Amino acid sequence: MSALPNAASPFLGFGRLLRRYGFAIAPEQVSGFMQAVTLLGPRSMADIREAALATLAPPPDRRDEFEAHFQSHFYGSTSAVVEGDADEETRIKDDGGADDQRIEAEHSQEGGELSSALEQLSTRDFQRDDDRLTAFQRKLPSALPARRSFRTVRTPSRGKLDLRRSLREIVSADGDVPSPLLRRRQTVPRKLLLLIDVSGSMKLHTADYLKLAHAIVQGADRAEIFTFGTRLTRITTALRIRDRDQALARAAAQVDDWDGGTRMGPTLLAFLSVPRFSSFARGAAVVVLSDALERGDHAELETAIRRLSARAFRLSLATPLAGDPRFRPVTAALRAILPDLDDLIDGSSLTSLIDFILSLARPAPAASTIWKRVS
Amino acid sequence: MPEVNAETVATSPEAVASHLATSRYLADDSLATAIFLAIRLGKPLLLEGAPGVGKTEAAKAVAELLGRDLVRLQCYEGIDAAHALYEWNYQRQLLAIRHAGEHEIDIYDDRFLIARPLLQVLRAPEQRVLLVDEIDRSDHEFEALLLEFLSDFQISIPERGTIRATAQPIVILTSNRTRELAEALRRRCVYHWIGYPDAEREAAIIMLRAGDVAEGTARAVAAAVQTIRARPLAKPPGIAEAVEWANAATILEKGGSPWPEAFRRAIGVLIKDEEDLSYIAPELGRIVEEALA
Repeated sequence: MSALPNAASPFLGFGRLLRRYGFAIAPEQVSGFMQAVTLLGPRSMADIREAALATLAPPPDRRDEFEAHFQSHFYGSTSAVVEGDADEETRIKDDGGADDQRIEAEHSQEGGELSSALEQLSTRDFQRDDDRLTAFQRKLPSALPARRSFRTVRTPSRGKLDLRRSLREIVSADGDVPSPLLRRRQTVPRKLLLLIDVSGSMKLHTADYLKLAHAIVQGADRAEIFTFGTRLTRITTALRIRDRDQALARAAAQVDDWDGGTRMGPTLLAFLSVPRFSSFARGAAVVVLSDALERGDHAELETAIRRLSARAFRLSLATPLAGDPRFRPVTAALRAILPDLDDLIDGSSLTSLIDFILSLARPAPAASTIWKRVS
Repeated sequence: MPEVNAETVATSPEAVASHLATSRYLADDSLATAIFLAIRLGKPLLLEGAPGVGKTEAAKAVAELLGRDLVRLQCYEGIDAAHALYEWNYQRQLLAIRHAGEHEIDIYDDRFLIARPLLQVLRAPEQRVLLVDEIDRSDHEFEALLLEFLSDFQISIPERGTIRATAQPIVILTSNRTRELAEALRRRCVYHWIGYPDAEREAAIIMLRAGDVAEGTARAVAAAVQTIRARPLAKPPGIAEAVEWANAATILEKGGSPWPEAFRRAIGVLIKDEEDLSYIAPELGRIVEEALA
């Protein structure tokens, strides 16, 4: 059936293998791969590997996986295909595009403990919350703080002359000068970044937080949601599903560190070390939902918060502990990060969080001044 | 530099690497292979990597290697067709209309057309190297616009028709990976991830790039920079910073500072973040001494 020589089959097969593991490989990339191999000689396996890397373009964070597939396909070493790493470092899970299928497969294999977190979500689903969240979702786009964009929009008054369109008008009016057309710089809502603590001490609140996160992703133009405990997980893509239960189920399945400990400092530093993530924080309204009860030394937390605050437009910490009127930021970690926070607010209920997020565009005195007044 | 036929230079990855070395750019085997494939397959080359690993320099070196002019398009948030493709000179058009009076005038004449980088590349009589720098800073819409240009090497101007490239340009795109690029763009390109070089290669780069640096100094700088990069810094130093550090330390040493002291005093050209500086300061003496040993 096929007119391709036998020698081509390993290369076609490699493309197929990668697709099976969730790499997005286009047919033209496979033909590019074969052309590249032809061009290079090939004189050694190293050449084939270089050609594969250059033409099949694996994303840098999946390079190791790609290498393992290459080894297993071209050298036949079956042990090479091992997923993940066993180190103690904070791992970052990114649910970006191509990984979706893989994640779903993992989920179906290990139902039990993950779905227990899911049950909680559905049993605590009150109708009242639903209405509040729907109203919140509707109000959110206009309530977010805005910045001026480079792009311009037409305006009836108070703008700069739009020469391009005015000239077209003049030409079509045969040289007559009609009223000039004006443009001014567009205002765009700022990005909203939500970092949700899913450690054991936050157990009571995570379900509400996830519902809030879903409403944010659905309502805001540009939002990113991460969960952190001992690890950092990006769940934005999962929350893009419109149906809330489905979205939360998918998000819950992605998080591996439910109800564990908190390594807030290292996980936030891990967040900042990925350019794609840290650049999202630039100029964004960043809300951290956590009790900030950091285990052990808080030096890393301090560094992370300082860096985050330098990038963000506004950095807020919502802690459920502040729901208690006797709460004062007296722990060593909180005292250390307080000067870098714009807001330290009550995160114990959905209502207070919703009110706060809808007020993000309104200026408020810095957290340290407010809490100095209280204590 | 005389113009060279791309195919005669790019006969093999090794040939590309040795030609690049004469342009004072040391490429490893992978990068040389990617450049070789991009030239021979006639595809754009997408270079990704941390800031300061030499992505833009690679594009300059390729232009020098082929003896072509480099046209650079710097991307930023909000860049649009008028900044990248072409724009009409409206003021001159208005003036021309006023001067023409009753006479006929073609206001879409060449003299009113301002060619931006992409159009410049297409209209050039000979092949150009086009550098689309920091594509990750632009918006998704701009990436899509570029996609059209990259697949056909042509631009449609409504008033003038389609302009095709007289000689297909060599295109190099760079990205710091501050956001994920569209799959459609990645698959049209030959891809290469540039990492930081190992100590030996970095020492060679420092020797090649710095003005008057002893070999021992270059090796010490390379070793120290490797150690410093391994620390969790907000802004890890790039290759250019390492070169500057070697240069600055050499100047200070010639001015009378003894060795470890010269490195310490010149640290400002290597680490340009106050927080990183205070983080690394207590360890710096030890790192430099170990590197010099």
